[in-house]
Amino acid sequence: MNDPQRPIAISVRDLVVGFGDQIVLDHLSLDVRRGEIIGVVGASGGGKSVLLRTIIGLLPKRAGAITVLGVDRDKASPQTLRALERRWGVLFQQGALFSSLTVRQNVEFPMREYLHLSDRLRGEVAMAKLGMVGLGAGDAEKYPSELSGGMTKRVALARALALDPEIVFLDEPTSGLDPISAGDFDTLIKTLQQTLGLTVFMVTHDLDSLHAVCDRVAALVDGKVIAEGPIAAMLACEHPWVQAYFRGKRAREAAHPQSHPAS
Amino acid sequence: MARESVQPGLTLRGAAHGASLEIIASGPWTAAYAATLEPLVDAIAPGPKGRNMSVDMGGVGEIDTFGACLVERLIRAHRAGGDEARIVGASEHFRELLTAVERVDGGRAPAPKKARFAALEEAGRAIVGAGDSFVAFIAMLGALGDSLIRVLARPRAFRLTSVVNQLDRVGLRAVPIIFMITFLIGGIIAQQGIFHFRKFGAEDYMVDLVGILVLREIGVLIVAIMVAGRSGSSYTAELGAMKMREEIDALRTMGLDPVEVLILPRVAALVIALPILAFLGSMAALFGGGVVAWLYGGMSPYIYIDRLREAVSITHFEVGMIKAPFMALVIGVVACAEGLRVKGSAESLGLQTTTSVVNSIFLVIVLDGFFAIFFASIGM
Repeated sequence: MNDPQRPIAISVRDLVVGFGDQIVLDHLSLDVRRGEIIGVVGASGGGKSVLLRTIIGLLPKRAGAITVLGVDRDKASPQTLRALERRWGVLFQQGALFSSLTVRQNVEFPMREYLHLSDRLRGEVAMAKLGMVGLGAGDAEKYPSELSGGMTKRVALARALALDPEIVFLDEPTSGLDPISAGDFDTLIKTLQQTLGLTVFMVTHDLDSLHAVCDRVAALVDGKVIAEGPIAAMLACEHPWVQAYFRGKRAREAAHPQSHPAS
Repeated sequence: MARESVQPGLTLRGAAHGASLEIIASGPWTAAYAATLEPLVDAIAPGPKGRNMSVDMGGVGEIDTFGACLVERLIRAHRAGGDEARIVGASEHFRELLTAVERVDGGRAPAPKKARFAALEEAGRAIVGAGDSFVAFIAMLGALGDSLIRVLARPRAFRLTSVVNQLDRVGLRAVPIIFMITFLIGGIIAQQGIFHFRKFGAEDYMVDLVGILVLREIGVLIVAIMVAGRSGSSYTAELGAMKMREEIDALRTMGLDPVEVLILPRVAALVIALPILAFLGSMAALFGGGVVAWLYGGMSPYIYIDRLREAVSITHFEVGMIKAPFMALVIGVVACAEGLRVKGSAESLGLQTTTSVVNSIFLVIVLDGFFAIFFASIGM
């Protein structure tokens, strides 16, 4: 999967992001290839979500270049950027579902805005997306406030996939889920990635997810990517933080095949 | 028999071969072309009965979920007639996607609700909603009384800091805008009085009009309406957001009574602040009347004050002031009760805030009417 021949989907070069005096990302560089699932790990408050939000353009950067699907954010016209935004989907940490729309309307929303479809086809595709993330027709007319945490994440994923994007950004997709649901979610992401040919950029703390679905892992420490590569390479890495992260007690349990729900 | 429909780059062609119907699809089957593809699919589906359908996807260059859903629709429509339908010639990647869509049970959007009795339903819901509002108001009043009694029995439980904080927000910070509005209202009443009384040569009676109207009715009423819009709405929005984020449930699980912690200090602050604001507002309105009398009516400030002293008595002032705390109570209780009725969505937060302001202004005016009858009958 980390085949160097694949075209690059996301390229980040010398990225600097800060708030006030605090520098969160310090000359960070990272490449994501098409069709791979990359997991970004790092300490809480270490800038993983900041990196994700900067790539999708929610936070301003101080220096550096970000190229997504061949479009340089700085040089692109607003129209190009808008067209680019149609080609990715984002799963926010809290789901960020529109609370005044039903589950089905949430998934239909991007289609309604961007595509000219008949009501019938839009409904069919929305139900297909909901089906793909494991939700049935009974859940389609519920409102977000009536959903459990796991269902919220599933609906949010279905909405992120609504336009058949090329890249999905997942911000802690399995946080707050029980291990079984988290394992199911991992399997789901892997299946969808294979079926739809997605590139997945995933910020996560979940060691099980890293083992189960990620083709490559990037470790973010002190605002830089200090190590990247397949999980095996991370286990072999000498950096003390990476060692502590991947070879700690919890990590060993995650690597153990018996307690591996999604393998 | 052959049906053919051609669009740039896209085709869906049906040809009958004996007992079987062969459909050949080509071109990009993606979201961008879905609007073109859909009529092509619907033109062929469900296909003639008694023939087995095979859909050849060999010529399809690209496919996404939208295209896959359309293929699925074609196949389901044909199968519904009791005949066989299958896909041939799809590459492995296509097949995975088609299987994923096929696995989804039903795949059908639920029919939209019939709008036949929509108006009737809405009227019914509005009546039930009004009933609920009333019940919530009474319940909140009771809960407030209950928690007040408990606080009186145990004065240390009273949240003084919170009350002072709320007093700052609903009282002190409201002073400038209250001053400005009541000053203008006083001025407008004076101007109208001068303009119309001048026809009878009685412009001096304008002072009676301003004095009595402002002290008895307008001063407190305008201030109460302002406070309902300014502070009542913010109470509802605050409590509603807390309800949405489960903060109120968190308080309850810690063994604290949300009414005692959140609502009593807020309502207490309003009951203290509104009479003070009403007093300040009345004074500003009298001042505004005086300024207009001087500049527009040519009445010197000394004469205005002298006339005012003759025109109004302490009774007028008392009648106005007595109403203020009751209006504050109504505004506070309505605002808090509506805040706790907020459900999970952002829309319901907006709805309850609107309901809160509309209901509290309505009740303030109704209350004012009752007070007018009451004071008239006791001769005040």
